[in-house]
Amino acid sequence: MKNISFSKVMMFVALTAFIASCGKKLDLFPQHDLTQEQVYASAAGYKSILAKLYGTLSISGNSGPSGQPDIAGGLDEGSQVGFIRGFFNLQELPTDEAVVAWDDQTIKSFHNLSWNSADPFILGMYARPIYNITLINEYIRQASDANLASRNITGADADEIRKTKAEARFLRAFNYWVMLDLFGKSTFITEADGVGTFLPVEKSRTELFTYIESELLAIQNDLATVKTAEYGRVDQGANWGLLARLYLNAKVYTGADKNTEAITYAAKVINGGYSLQPKYAQLFMADNEKRKDEIIFAINCDGLRTQSYGNTTFFIHAPAGADNADFGASGGWAGYRATKGLADLFPADGSGNLDTSKDLRATSFYTSVRKASPSQIAITNIGDFSTGMAVRKYINKRSDGLPVSDITLAFSDVDYPVMRLPEMYLIYAEAVLRGGTGGSSATALNYVNLVRARSQATQWSGAELTLQNILNERGRELYWEGHRRTDLIRYNLLTTGSYLWPWKGGVASGTSVDSKYNIYPIPSANRTANTNLTQNAGY
Amino acid sequence: MKKTRSFHRLVSVALLCMLSSLTVFAQNMVTGRVTNSKDGAPVQGVTVSIRNGRTAQTGSDGTFRINSASASPTLTFSSVGFTTQQVIASGGNVSLSFVENNQRLEDVVVVAYGTRRKSDLTGSVASVSSKDFQKGNINSTEQLLVGKVAGLEITSGGGSAGGGSRIRIRGGASLNASNDPLIVIDGVPVDGNGVSGTGNLLSTINPDDIESISVLKDASATALYGSRASNGVLIVTTKKGRKGKINFNFNTKLSLANVGERVDVLSADQVRAAITADAAETGNTTYSSKLGTANTNWQDLIYQKAFGADNNLSANGSFGKGKVSIPFRASFGYLNQQGTLKTNQFDRVSTALNLTPKFFDDHLSVNFAGKYSHIKNTFANEGAIGSAVNFDPTQNPYDAANKYGGYFQWLQANGAPVNTGGGSIAPNPLDLLYLRDNKSDVNRFIGNIQLDYKMHFLPDLHLLVNAGVDAATGKGNDNTDSSSVTSFQTGGRFHFYEQKKTNSLLDVSLLYAKEISNAFKFDVLVGHTYQAFQTKDLNFASFSQKGDTIPNSKPDYNDSKAEYRLDSYLGRVNLSFLNKFLLTGSIRRDASSKFSPNTRVGYFPAGAFAWKLKEQFFKDVAAINELKIRVGYGVTGQQDGIDYYSYLARYGRSTQSAQYQFGNTYYTFLRPSEYDGKLKWETTATTNLGLDFGLIQNRISGSVDIYKKKTKDLLSTVPIAPGANFNITLLTNVGNVENKGIEFTVNTIPVRTKTIQWDLGFNAAFNKTEITNLLANPDPNFQGIPVGGISGATGNSIGKFAVGYAPYVFFPFKQVYDNAGKPIEGLYEDLNRDGVIDDKDRYYYKKPAADVLLGFNTQLSIQKFTVGVAGHGSLGNYLYNNFNSNNGILANLRDPLGIVRNSGTNFLESNFKLRNFFSDYYIENASFFKIDNINFGYNFGKIIRDKANLRLSASVQNVHTFTKYGGLDPEQSNSAGVDYTIYPRPRTYSVGASIDF
Repeated sequence: MKNISFSKVMMFVALTAFIASCGKKLDLFPQHDLTQEQVYASAAGYKSILAKLYGTLSISGNSGPSGQPDIAGGLDEGSQVGFIRGFFNLQELPTDEAVVAWDDQTIKSFHNLSWNSADPFILGMYARPIYNITLINEYIRQASDANLASRNITGADADEIRKTKAEARFLRAFNYWVMLDLFGKSTFITEADGVGTFLPVEKSRTELFTYIESELLAIQNDLATVKTAEYGRVDQGANWGLLARLYLNAKVYTGADKNTEAITYAAKVINGGYSLQPKYAQLFMADNEKRKDEIIFAINCDGLRTQSYGNTTFFIHAPAGADNADFGASGGWAGYRATKGLADLFPADGSGNLDTSKDLRATSFYTSVRKASPSQIAITNIGDFSTGMAVRKYINKRSDGLPVSDITLAFSDVDYPVMRLPEMYLIYAEAVLRGGTGGSSATALNYVNLVRARSQATQWSGAELTLQNILNERGRELYWEGHRRTDLIRYNLLTTGSYLWPWKGGVASGTSVDSKYNIYPIPSANRTANTNLTQNAGY
Repeated sequence: MKKTRSFHRLVSVALLCMLSSLTVFAQNMVTGRVTNSKDGAPVQGVTVSIRNGRTAQTGSDGTFRINSASASPTLTFSSVGFTTQQVIASGGNVSLSFVENNQRLEDVVVVAYGTRRKSDLTGSVASVSSKDFQKGNINSTEQLLVGKVAGLEITSGGGSAGGGSRIRIRGGASLNASNDPLIVIDGVPVDGNGVSGTGNLLSTINPDDIESISVLKDASATALYGSRASNGVLIVTTKKGRKGKINFNFNTKLSLANVGERVDVLSADQVRAAITADAAETGNTTYSSKLGTANTNWQDLIYQKAFGADNNLSANGSFGKGKVSIPFRASFGYLNQQGTLKTNQFDRVSTALNLTPKFFDDHLSVNFAGKYSHIKNTFANEGAIGSAVNFDPTQNPYDAANKYGGYFQWLQANGAPVNTGGGSIAPNPLDLLYLRDNKSDVNRFIGNIQLDYKMHFLPDLHLLVNAGVDAATGKGNDNTDSSSVTSFQTGGRFHFYEQKKTNSLLDVSLLYAKEISNAFKFDVLVGHTYQAFQTKDLNFASFSQKGDTIPNSKPDYNDSKAEYRLDSYLGRVNLSFLNKFLLTGSIRRDASSKFSPNTRVGYFPAGAFAWKLKEQFFKDVAAINELKIRVGYGVTGQQDGIDYYSYLARYGRSTQSAQYQFGNTYYTFLRPSEYDGKLKWETTATTNLGLDFGLIQNRISGSVDIYKKKTKDLLSTVPIAPGANFNITLLTNVGNVENKGIEFTVNTIPVRTKTIQWDLGFNAAFNKTEITNLLANPDPNFQGIPVGGISGATGNSIGKFAVGYAPYVFFPFKQVYDNAGKPIEGLYEDLNRDGVIDDKDRYYYKKPAADVLLGFNTQLSIQKFTVGVAGHGSLGNYLYNNFNSNNGILANLRDPLGIVRNSGTNFLESNFKLRNFFSDYYIENASFFKIDNINFGYNFGKIIRDKANLRLSASVQNVHTFTKYGGLDPEQSNSAGVDYTIYPRPRTYSVGASIDF
């Protein structure tokens, strides 16, 4: 009896031991993923995160061109998650510079100036900068001196990481500037906030302006000296350029002019050693990394290694039709064109065709199929891609004639210029005209004429240096670079009846719309999730 | 004490030995007669055996005689098709009413972790045995059940050979998590997903090897499966061996399938007329210049008549003699099935072996079940179906002059196919079919050994062990020729893939079953179970036809492995009082690796009570054979359908095509994933009320069930505050769904005579599913989460998960119609009366899920001839006709990239010129009733001098569909109810023969 009991007990013990051992086997970790401690154990890990902080501006996720989007929420990865394409849709489609033929969800409501708070493109563009900032904050936290010390990262590695912290803060300021410009306010988070399910606070437009300004001013000496950063990274030039842009629009953002400051910082960039490149068209070609004397801040794209449907790949396909070969693209997406509003900024010949001999920048409006003629430019139906002015500005071909990296021509090598020297010239000139001090009209005129001379446009006289002409020059020089909506708002032309272009407000001849469309609504899904967020007036 | 006991034992053993040695010398003649319990007819060929090995056979009159050492020996009667029975022959004469096997199967039902007499069931369980399965050419297990069980909906994905199905029990309780039921094969819960190379792991099981399938519907029946049980459980049991001499069965089936219906598109002449008219009107000759002179019916070119041959050989009996006699069943099947889309082929070799020996005086029962199958799939590129309805019919299919395989293709001026960055935007359907060679090999082994040890010291106590493994390997080559326009940029694309899935299981449990008296019986089960799932992918680069690595196709890792494990305890008590009251209580404790240590443990209790009214009130009423009410309540969980590691904070490395350049170096990214560390189970509480009845010798029998399921803490991906986590949505536990419904099953035998029997069965299920909450902070203005993506433009969806509505409720604009009833293009009702037509004017309208599911079957047997009809249907289900909304407009003829396409003919009715994706005009009632099959059988009976039995059969499947739906087929497996292009389900004719010998 005792024996039986004992063996029973043994069996029971063995069984219990077996069963208990199973419980421990439940802590599993994915094979190829890393924990936070593993990621930040070495300087190489920090570098990979830094690459992501920049990469969030170029590609939509962790797999190029698609497959692991950064942002879910039912958004389309190609058209709503990528920064450049989202930024373009929100900054250019509502203006005279762009219309789209497609029926993708609400895409047509942008040119119609009739969007609402349920719009998925707006949802994506609210989410993208905030997502980027969430990653940046995490990086700044991990790059603290205490963390570096505890991980035994010292010497040159530690110094380099400290410098990247300033870059991270610049990128955060840039992302907040996007929020400031599009939404007039923002969800506000810094490295002091953690990661979880809390409800972040909101900052008003003025508060946000002050924050961005103070950050950019604070880091200017921590960044690499102007024009010394390695390719792909920012230095003081981008920092000052963003300050100049911020100050030029200060009246819109805060109600108070800051034109003097705009002149100061534009001049700092201009005197930083940059120079205009001889050929305008080459600034937007596959090897435009060679144009870094003019391009102050670019978002890198590569046809093989930095693939996305939301970076410049979009620019080489979306405006192309059967003339795709002219764009260096394997095919056309038959979507985007410009309206007559943009055409009217350029000189025309006797029969009304745009005259490229009087402005080389108009060359972009010609392809092997489409000519910049009055009949081509007139849009009878937005949904009909065959009408409207072609925009062949970004071309996936190299100026040196060598092959691009993606030989299938599906993905673009063209880097996206966020900030170029001509913008600084034009900021300087506009700020002088708007009453800023510290600059001169003569210098302003000289700067504008430098820009015009490159494209064989006639030189202006002093009398021609007017605000309206500056706006028009910005249109000619910077079209499709994401400035037009901001510019039209600064001149109070986006929603008013003072300036109409075809199909503005959804009407063929153009019409004024409610002034609420000067600012985008806060997406309703975000307000549902975060009760701290307030809606913009009129939505 | 110890000594005394041992002595007693010794004495009794000695006495026993003496007794038995004495009896050896006695000789007693036992005689008797065996008759069929069904009709009293004598049963010939029954093996009658006595313990010591003596055997005899019954003659043609059913009589036998056998010599016995004992005066009252225990006789064992066994015969194929009958339940083995033991009888003590006390008076030297025995008459036995022998019970046929299928009757036994009706009586005993396989349930969670055991079996149960049907009359003792307390939960909602339906069991379908082989004789009631769907007839005809059935290639995949789940198809056996179509229309057979109330509340079970099985929808094949289309007509693809070897394709899978969507299975839903009571509508499904989840939104983001899986709504598939748990499938248990011979006691091994299996991974419901496919392995690379087949979308349908159930097609690896040969339907011919299946004995029965139990459908567990309510929580009291499923709760023992705990965290995987919310959407019901299917328990598949394969055929086992029967003791006795070896019998063989060979059956063969030949089938021919044909796609009858075509999608309505314009004829070549209509296309020419429309394009020419358009050119005259606009002056634009882009399209008219491209018209051809041919009259090509592209749909005719892609389909074929498909042949199938299904051959199965099985052996059943026992080998060895006496104590080492081992009952077994072994089978071999070979299926050869063409698909109706050209190049589609599905071949399966399957083998199964079941061994059921007993050892130690039957104290140890062993059940070994092994199934191995090998599948060869040749996938047709189903893109050809959409391409065929879209392709310009004025073009000749072939163009010998081009370099693209000799097929006509749309080319740019530079000779490259018209494309938007990838392959051609309009590939010739024949290119898709013939220039791609996509083959897979899938091997699967499911094996388990179940031990049932009756303790020698306590025979009422059983130790049960179940050790099993399910291992599947899928690999294949997906090769596209360099001349195909789909991969012209890379010079062809050759890709090899391989995936291995293993799932191992160990259950150890103790079962104590005791009948205290006639008034009280009980059994108690306590167990532990551990299951581990592993998926391993081997990753390979893709190559051009010349052998160059295609850029960016090189995998980041040579292999990737994902694992998930489940560690559980379970317990169950069954009580029976006076054979009138039945009480069941169970609990399962699951711990899953998918959740954090703090949240991974869940408890899933259930209880049920049944009252046999028959025994209580109608014991002597002959007309009432069964009357029982059941009440059950239970809590179950769901964790399938989510990522294995969702709760973890982790960083993932980006692919080679997602890098950023600093200086001259490209850097890959490390990206943190959003996570909810507190993620846990979805839980569903189900209440079920049921009534089982059987009247007039069970000639009218059936059941009624009413249920209500409340699911909370849904595994939902919901919006979160931007900036709080690494995304704007997060998989978390939020939301509630309610299902309620009522189910009826009635089986009747209107006619039963010696020569004629007519069976008529009918089932119906009403179900209503409603989302009652979606957000942590409910917001009345929240329109819901968009679902149901549609084809035609990027990112559009037609449905919603919205509070107060069924999942996937449609969310269109309300179309305005003119006096003649024609829709007015682009005119929608301004539902909120604000003068603007915008998103706020969309409304919730209808839903894809059915309100009512119907099943119907009938069989008439006249002597040796049988004829049967089976059908199923659904009512109140709607579909969004995406083919009409995208292709059914004239403008579809003119592609913006300058090529001519074809259009659906719907614009002739709608007069729409442009796409109006969000009009409710396209949401159509897709209620239907299908005659699934009509089958005939003839039983020749004994042939070849009584040595064999022959049955012949013939059937027609997918006979007819009654519906008002305008699309090709109202039955769609797409949960979102979006009908674009479907692989048409063919009509199949088959003939078969089955021979027993």
